[in-house]
Amino acid sequence: MTATDELRGLRDSRAKSKPQNKAAFWFLLPWFLGLFAVTLGPMAASLYLSFTKYNLLQPPEFIGFANFERMLTDERLHSSLAVTFTYVLVSVPIQLALALGLAILLDRGIRGLAFYRSVFYLPSLLGASVAIAVLWRTVFGTDGLFNEGLGFLGIEGRGWISDPETALSTLITLNVWTFGSPMVIFLAGLRQIPAMYYEAAAVDGASPLRRFTSVTLPLLTPIIFFNLVLQIIHAFQSFTQAFIVSSGTGGPVDSTLFISLYLYQRGFGNFDMGYASALAWLLLVIIAAFTAINFWASKYWVYYDD
Amino acid sequence: MTDTLTRTAAPQRAAADRRTRRSPGRVRAFFKHLLLIACVVVMLYPALWMVVSSLRPNDEIFRSPGLVLTDLETGNYEAGWNAFEHPFGFFMVNSAIVVLGAIVGNLIACSMAAYGFARLEFTGRRWWFAIMLLTLMLPVHVIIVPQYVLFSEFGWVNTFLPLIVPKFLATDAFFVFLMVQFIRGIPKELDEAARIDGAGHPRIYFRIVLPLMVPALATTAIFTFIWTWNDFFSQLIYLIDPDMHTVPLALRAFVDQQAGTNWGATFAMSVVSLLPVFLVFLFGQRYLLRGIATTGGK
Repeated sequence: MTATDELRGLRDSRAKSKPQNKAAFWFLLPWFLGLFAVTLGPMAASLYLSFTKYNLLQPPEFIGFANFERMLTDERLHSSLAVTFTYVLVSVPIQLALALGLAILLDRGIRGLAFYRSVFYLPSLLGASVAIAVLWRTVFGTDGLFNEGLGFLGIEGRGWISDPETALSTLITLNVWTFGSPMVIFLAGLRQIPAMYYEAAAVDGASPLRRFTSVTLPLLTPIIFFNLVLQIIHAFQSFTQAFIVSSGTGGPVDSTLFISLYLYQRGFGNFDMGYASALAWLLLVIIAAFTAINFWASKYWVYYDD
Repeated sequence: MTDTLTRTAAPQRAAADRRTRRSPGRVRAFFKHLLLIACVVVMLYPALWMVVSSLRPNDEIFRSPGLVLTDLETGNYEAGWNAFEHPFGFFMVNSAIVVLGAIVGNLIACSMAAYGFARLEFTGRRWWFAIMLLTLMLPVHVIIVPQYVLFSEFGWVNTFLPLIVPKFLATDAFFVFLMVQFIRGIPKELDEAARIDGAGHPRIYFRIVLPLMVPALATTAIFTFIWTWNDFFSQLIYLIDPDMHTVPLALRAFVDQQAGTNWGATFAMSVVSLLPVFLVFLFGQRYLLRGIATTGGK
């Protein structure tokens, strides 16, 4: 049962026994407070602020749609959107393909499963840290480890991080490096496929490739869908790695300027809080649109047993 | 898998078959492991190189892509530890305070909310639950500006409160979801037996559900530890005063200050900053893997 299944099941369920509103109120009180004071309240406030000019010192001044009109001509925003979309649309499919590939390699009771799984999972715990971002900065620097490796192969390297052509690809590599957590989810999904399906396919003379495309893949589509939704949402919000690798500038030449980083610069660098709020809502709408498209498209490729 | 077909064949043929088929199987396993080990090496090499480099003199680091140490240079650790206006341990204590607060908050508030969602019927439960799941997907950026304004009104900027108090309000929906899933797996008969004995919901929660959901609580504590320890964005926004800096902020300040001159010390402190995460992973990975497999972590 994943979060995506829960949302699907919403329609066909209704309450059965009598409500226990009083007890529920007390148990959920902290959560309700958090929902309204820390989540929904600030959301509404940021929606309002996105229609204002606000620098924290003077009270917000209502300026209508000016912030959104400004987006249309904001060159840095356009390049930050291009950078963010490239990052998400390139790194997530590669990351998931790698996660799925390795999960399948590890599935059939391979020796040393626990070892491999741990090693592959570890980077997804470390990947978001400042320390790893610092490491990346040096590994892909002009005299970094990556160029040393290329040197062995007789290929001349370059300053991967200082070159605007390649800076983003180093961040994509870093996101791909954290494929361990979707891989663990794939492994759990693979284990739930009943062995009798494979036996039946084998009796029918299906080749290993055929068994993969006709049994494994269809039964795994709900898990692929879940990972896809989750990793896209996650990747759109990436911040730390770009911030550290570029010293907070999003450079060189805005080539690593994620929208989250641009939003931070506007809001907390220039105290342009109104515009930053508008950018935050743009990000929310983009993420919501991607998620909605994902759910809509899932009708055509995700296989549900029921 | 094709065994079912060959098993009926003549014994002689089967024996011959086995000999020829066994070696391709072994060869295949060999290549599988070769491929996996290649992946392991590629993935871990940079991290291992960082550890090894932190034990090398500065002028040697970028001339040695290998992992073999000629002699142990611990000076980087000493230099890095004392390179800030506070010893590095000071920032680790700050991080530890934030982490501890976040863990306690998440354990209390998320388990209460989860009990409510998993065991109590109330008006609009399905919809509240759906809202909870949707907040799981909400980018922090959408709420950060007004939240910052709110917390600065309270005078909470440059304190740990903005990082801890929300955890006491169950704002980490991921853990609520994880615990709901876990509680649903606890047999309801246990609750009903307790109710017949006259226990109310607080008692069932404390005496029956909480003790049985220790694995889910452990998963929550471990994930909270790692995510809070690594968290950069909200700490960057709320903790400006160097006296309040946590490990990620101190590390970032250090890197920017010495602009890539003292890599030995930088790597040494990077290793120190990752050590707690690594240890928690080492001892808690059972809970991590189970948690992520049931709900799908980040």
